Amino acid sequence: MTQTTVITDKMREIIGKESDPVTNEVDNTGCRQFARSVGYTDPIFFDEEAAKSKGYRGIVAPPGFLGLPVVIPGRPSPASPYSKLEIPYKRVLNGGTDIEYLDDVCAGDKLTVTSKISDLTETEGKLGPMLIVSTETTYKNQDGKVVAIMRGGAIRY
Amino acid sequence: MSQLYFEDISDGQAIPDVVENCDSQRLVYWAAGSGDYYQIHYDKDFAQKTGLPDRIVHGALKHALLGRLLHEWVGDEGRVRRFACQYRGMDAVDKDVTAKGIITGKRTEDGQHLVDLDVWTEDPDGKKTTPGTATVALPSRS
Repeated sequence: MTQTTVITDKMREIIGKESDPVTNEVDNTGCRQFARSVGYTDPIFFDEEAAKSKGYRGIVAPPGFLGLPVVIPGRPSPASPYSKLEIPYKRVLNGGTDIEYLDDVCAGDKLTVTSKISDLTETEGKLGPMLIVSTETTYKNQDGKVVAIMRGGAIRY
Repeated sequence: MSQLYFEDISDGQAIPDVVENCDSQRLVYWAAGSGDYYQIHYDKDFAQKTGLPDRIVHGALKHALLGRLLHEWVGDEGRVRRFACQYRGMDAVDKDVTAKGIITGKRTEDGQHLVDLDVWTEDPDGKKTTPGTATVALPSRS
């Protein structure tokens, strides 16, 4: 193979390494705000009684909402594996989003979030040579159960 | 809303569309709801400085609209199990984004009644800017 690659051994070593965990809080206001932004009218995303009457523990996190990270200014947040990659391309596009649910997510949940680079692939597109960085993020709730897995791909070119 | 059952549906059926006009207020709601405050989505000057003609709809908002399309179709007893899409084309601010889906298969796995679909969003010209796939669980009559 004579093709050149931008994937170094150092980058390959990062593939599959789990990040340190981050906590995402799922709260009533967050669920309501997300639901409103997507145009939902189903009361299970806004009203606790309505959600409970449908058998949920509390206000339901709408599809795509997995809480928001707790950020405290001045405290370092754990570095993501993605930030450790030394990529020679400056530009970035979001390639896509894939969320798999293994259980319900409701307000009051505290999700422990870890991520890893699952793959690095190179391709030649309309925009020139590109590096596709595939990531896999796992969301575990306060009972230790994996409730969602998000897979994504960043396109660097 | 009447509940949809696994037995009621078959391959090739289209599900009801969801249409949302993505004006700048919608994109600001989404910035707050999702925590994505990148300025190309609500600051026209900033967007144009990066070479875009105008503000563009967040990819993840289009993904979330596919989630809403599925949630509103499956009813109270259904569940969205998986929804995935690729961001192939940009949607400009102030245009309608239409989320659509078509059933591609049915299966029963570990006692769950699952339905697979092709889902996508279209711009007003009918161009599929966000193609994807999804799986939902429906209750069974049996």
